[in-house]
Amino acid sequence: MTESQQVPGNDNNLNKENIYLLRLFVTGATPNSTRAIANLKEICELHLKGNYELEIIDVYQQPTIAEGEQIIALPLLIKKSPSPERRLIGDMSDTQKVLRGLSLAAT
Amino acid sequence: MTKDYIKENIKYNQPQLPKTLTGITGLDEITEGGIPKGRPTLVCGEAGCGKTLLSLEFIVRGAIEFDEPGVFMAFEEKTEELAMNVASLGFDLNSLQAENKLKLDYVHIDRSEIEETGEYDLEGLFIRLGYAIDSIGAKRVVLDTIESLFAGLTNQGILRAELRRLFNWLKVKGVTTIITGERGEGPSFTRQGLEEYVSDCVILLDHRVVNQISTRRLRILKYRGSVHGTNEYPFLIDEDGISVLPVTSLKLEKEVSTERISSGIPALDKMLEGKGFFKGSSVLVSGTAGTGKTSIAACFANETCNQKKRCLYFAFEESPKQIIRNMQSINVNLQKQVDEGLLQFHAMRPTLHGLEQHLVAMYKIIKNFKPTVVVLDPITNLVTVGSVSEVKAMLIRLIDFLLDEQITVMFTALTLNNVVTEQTDEGVSSLVDTWLLVRDIEFNGERNRGIYIMKSRGMKHSNQVREFVITDKGIDIVDVFLGPDGVLTGSAREAQKLQEQTGEVIRKNSVSLKDREIGRKRKILESKIAGLQSEFESAEDELNKIYVEEELIKKVAEENRQKMIMMRRGENASENKNEK
Repeated sequence: MTESQQVPGNDNNLNKENIYLLRLFVTGATPNSTRAIANLKEICELHLKGNYELEIIDVYQQPTIAEGEQIIALPLLIKKSPSPERRLIGDMSDTQKVLRGLSLAAT
Repeated sequence: MTKDYIKENIKYNQPQLPKTLTGITGLDEITEGGIPKGRPTLVCGEAGCGKTLLSLEFIVRGAIEFDEPGVFMAFEEKTEELAMNVASLGFDLNSLQAENKLKLDYVHIDRSEIEETGEYDLEGLFIRLGYAIDSIGAKRVVLDTIESLFAGLTNQGILRAELRRLFNWLKVKGVTTIITGERGEGPSFTRQGLEEYVSDCVILLDHRVVNQISTRRLRILKYRGSVHGTNEYPFLIDEDGISVLPVTSLKLEKEVSTERISSGIPALDKMLEGKGFFKGSSVLVSGTAGTGKTSIAACFANETCNQKKRCLYFAFEESPKQIIRNMQSINVNLQKQVDEGLLQFHAMRPTLHGLEQHLVAMYKIIKNFKPTVVVLDPITNLVTVGSVSEVKAMLIRLIDFLLDEQITVMFTALTLNNVVTEQTDEGVSSLVDTWLLVRDIEFNGERNRGIYIMKSRGMKHSNQVREFVITDKGIDIVDVFLGPDGVLTGSAREAQKLQEQTGEVIRKNSVSLKDREIGRKRKILESKIAGLQSEFESAEDELNKIYVEEELIKKVAEENRQKMIMMRRGENASENKNEK
């Protein structure tokens, strides 16, 4: 399943339409944040190698973004693309849920 | 009164818990100075009981009246919706936002969009709130309704820990916070047991429907470290926002006036020592249907306005137009007074609000209009809304309030049966200062109106039953006729009057008859006297005639004798002449 999903993704890779745009909001270097960054990077490297852009934003540095992005719980991962937009909160330790959130789950 | 109370408290209880005035009418009086400063207060209640409005008014009043900017964090309604909803109350949230006095923040959480992938915290909320507070220097914060978080996020353990942290953080920030919460099932006040975290002040709002009439009430459940009113207070949401009415007056220390004001019916004034009612007293006019209670009230209102004083007329039965038209027929022109702005009508069906809300509404109108006289016509209809004891309690509060303000009040009350009871149905007769009773007097095939004064405190009033007449010229009170058969009124009285008049005429007539007879008798006597006189004169003449004849005879005889002597002895003739 993962493969089959990957295939059209790879086909459209040239249009850069199906590239995974990920934004991870964290709060400085709190344990949750560091764990989330580490976990997410690992998952991405494993499943989306070369097919994703990950932006890590420290909300402490940009407090206005919290309102704009409707941020409540942190860490928060927003999958901007491909649609639909999904929001994942937590330290990304539940890999299955992260994959499901990113529509990568092999269910 | 409340302010004095607060002062006293400060005197005896120093240091007083610092409080923040909410600016909401009445609430600051109940809480004796507002909600705890720099601490969270929980406002809970069922859906639609006014939590959001109360908290929003707290923010807006703070921004406008106390120069304390506020942050309103909405979890349920979008900011545009909020602004629209309260625009009708005259709160312009957008311009306040532009002036940096207010910050609205809508927090959107949708469970379907969110996947929980492990440990998280609510730091995002903290950052947002912190940023909002710092950006405008907010002193007040509202979280409405933070329980929505529980719908959006599943991990209760994290949420509870984070909420506890949030409230502590808010305390550290030193902002006065209102947190709203939906009333939960069972004994807890909120669904998620927020009262566990907010333990300083809990305000409970309630929206109860009794007899199909809803009343909003507010109660302070707990207020740590402060004295507060413990009753349920009714509150009203209207075009000026929320008004809570702490109506239960505990003291009976009112100013009294010896000033009098006229009832508008001169004859009635006469019955009241010739001066009328005391200013600031309460007057009850009770009577059976159609006895003219409203007419009396209208006369009173009219007279008040004629003296260039303001009068407020609460009509619970008829519309203002109806009253104006009907009173025109008895020569009371209320339209003129309305046009001059001296008279104001407020007509409402009693079933419009609950009793308490009526009271709040009246209280507000009276505060705004500042009348000298208030008329309630009739109070009987209020019973449809509440029980007798409730109506009585409400009227006590109203009378207390009016007397405090030195406003004269006239109630009309319908007594439901023809037997005049000594008690009105509302049981207010013991509260009022003057009680006029208008009753039907059924006699001789017609009904007439009788009026008397049951009581009038502090004056020597008339004890008479008078007849109360309504004509197209106005109201008059006339003496009833006390005949051998009892009290006579109406046409019986008129008949009695006529009868008296007839008697008078007859008497007059008979007198003149007698007079004429005397005249005639006199004439007869006089003529008789004249006859006798002439008789006497003729008799006298007769007598005189005899006398003269005798004289003549005597004379002639003497002459004859002298002649005879002369003839017999001529010489004596000269002697006799000399003798003569």
